[in-house]
Amino acid sequence: MRFLFKTGYEQDVRLFQHGGQVFSYGLLAVVLLLAPWWAGDYVMSQLHFIAIYSIVGFGLMMLVGFTGQISLGHAAFLAVGAYTEALMQAAGVPFVISISCAALFSAVAGVIVGLPALRLKGIYLAIATLAFNVIVEEIITRWESLTGGNSGKHLKPVELFGIRLDTDMSFYYLCLGLTVLCALACANLLRSPTGRAFVAIRDSEISASCLGVDLAWYKTMSFAFSAALTGVGGALYAHKLAFISPEQFTLFVSIELVTIVILGGIGFLHGAVLGSAFVIVLPQLISIAKDWLPGGLVPTGLQAVVFGVILILFIIFEPLGLYGRWLKVRTWFELFPFYRRGMFRRQKSYMKSERLR
Amino acid sequence: MLSQVLQLLVAGVSQGCVYALVALGFVLIYKATETVNFAQGDVMMLGAFFALTASVMMGWPYWATILFAVAVMAVVGMLTERLVLRPVLGHPSFTVVMITIGVGYVMRGVVTMMPGWGTDTYQIPTPYIDQVWKVGAVILPVQQLMVIVLTAGLCVVLYMFFRFTRIGVAMQATSQNQLAAYYMGIPVRRVNMLIWGISAGVAAFAGILLAPSTFVHSNMGFIGLKAFPAAVVGGFGSVPGSIVGGLIIGVVEALAGFYLAEGFKDVAAYVVVLIVLLVWPSGIFGETVRKKV
Repeated sequence: MRFLFKTGYEQDVRLFQHGGQVFSYGLLAVVLLLAPWWAGDYVMSQLHFIAIYSIVGFGLMMLVGFTGQISLGHAAFLAVGAYTEALMQAAGVPFVISISCAALFSAVAGVIVGLPALRLKGIYLAIATLAFNVIVEEIITRWESLTGGNSGKHLKPVELFGIRLDTDMSFYYLCLGLTVLCALACANLLRSPTGRAFVAIRDSEISASCLGVDLAWYKTMSFAFSAALTGVGGALYAHKLAFISPEQFTLFVSIELVTIVILGGIGFLHGAVLGSAFVIVLPQLISIAKDWLPGGLVPTGLQAVVFGVILILFIIFEPLGLYGRWLKVRTWFELFPFYRRGMFRRQKSYMKSERLR
Repeated sequence: MLSQVLQLLVAGVSQGCVYALVALGFVLIYKATETVNFAQGDVMMLGAFFALTASVMMGWPYWATILFAVAVMAVVGMLTERLVLRPVLGHPSFTVVMITIGVGYVMRGVVTMMPGWGTDTYQIPTPYIDQVWKVGAVILPVQQLMVIVLTAGLCVVLYMFFRFTRIGVAMQATSQNQLAAYYMGIPVRRVNMLIWGISAGVAAFAGILLAPSTFVHSNMGFIGLKAFPAAVVGGFGSVPGSIVGGLIIGVVEALAGFYLAEGFKDVAAYVVVLIVLLVWPSGIFGETVRKKV
């Protein structure tokens, strides 16, 4: 068991709390940097997707997990990022500028959604973002002169400072680098007063505003930041697929993105990574499991069933998600004989009613 | 010209009736348990499939099909509440929303996996199919009129139930204040289970009414997503509001589909709901209760 003796205030806000963390993150970094040598083509492709989904997951985690705002419309921000990237690349804009613009335009879209969000809460917000998602999808489908409509848009490989990143390996390093940058941005933001304000809003809006947190400003900012990260993810996603069309940005993608956050663990940045790895790997496991299905059943719906059952079981039995499970396992080992079952039990709030606004 | 508008209105109202019934299902559950059931559309789809089984595979008459599907779905609804929703009682509302989304996934998946159901499109034979009713220059399909009549009938039955029966009044009390109802000796948990049953039954009824116009297939539940705008326009948490909201959405959609460019029909409901949320968040019949510190 490790005891941390804090001797200064700056220790509270350090990125790495102790040497063990430096070691474990260092090890992770080495394993990931060497991935092109230990992973085959297929695993590499999955790693691309995990990195891209992690970036989107960070964005959604900042909004849902740390600011406590619901969004069922993040696929719309993904679409804004992806189409910005596709159009700017076609116009010959360098990658650094085009991906910044993808983030910027998504952030603007985030502000547009965030403004009504100032008046809405809970389920109303979910429905407003859902409506936004459907409308954006329809606009993309219909505005054929700009987006190509249902026939979609093709993208060329990324070209960074004159180097074409068209191999699996080079694109992997691009994704990995951006994921690390986004993770650091989120971690740093959470250590700052802005991040504290987000968490305060999540825990209680009334107390936050009593303590001088400007609700309107910080909520809008959270939406903008979250949308910007999603836009970066969208730009990479567009490059990974090399072809985008409106059906990649439906409501179901939004729901899938939210399940990343739920399965990974709401309120932990690690959860975004674990959740996206889980969501990417799960369909592969299911396609293996299809061979064992009893005869007579049609396997087409198996993925939906397994996905739904896992979601339900996680929420009932492990509301803290995968990262919560890891925390419990780690605590069990750290306190070896003294772990109690109730250590992570959440207090239920029966009287918390949304009808009182 | 006038007859055309009238025909559009009837088509819109009949489509709106289905939205209204699905929205009614949301609102009943929301009022009683503060849970928003995102699986309501899929419950409707499952109900339509049970009706299909009874009508096509077992050859039952239409009215027996309706009773069978409503009864089976009521049981499914109660089981869902007992097995899935009750363990997360008191969790944050977003978690509960996600769990109902999970339930929706499972229902959709199960329907596509079942032998005999699958991903195909089916039709439930109705006694009044393809009949039209002519009043002067106006031509009205009987099927649309029947949807309106049956919905109105169901609303009257539900109104009588909530107004005059003991258990109906108990449900009203529970939805107003759970704790107080519990102190008065109302078995709140059992009431909640019943509410889920009623809501699922209403959804199954909506599914049967919808079947002639969209056919029965595993994705018909997505129409449930248009019932959210209906519920919000009427004021989430108001039963008459959900009916009025559904009718408004249905009529707006029908008019937008005819008078505006292609594509507006699909988003009309969502544009309306965004405007309502911006301008008038409590909806038509919504109640606003201020939180006192």
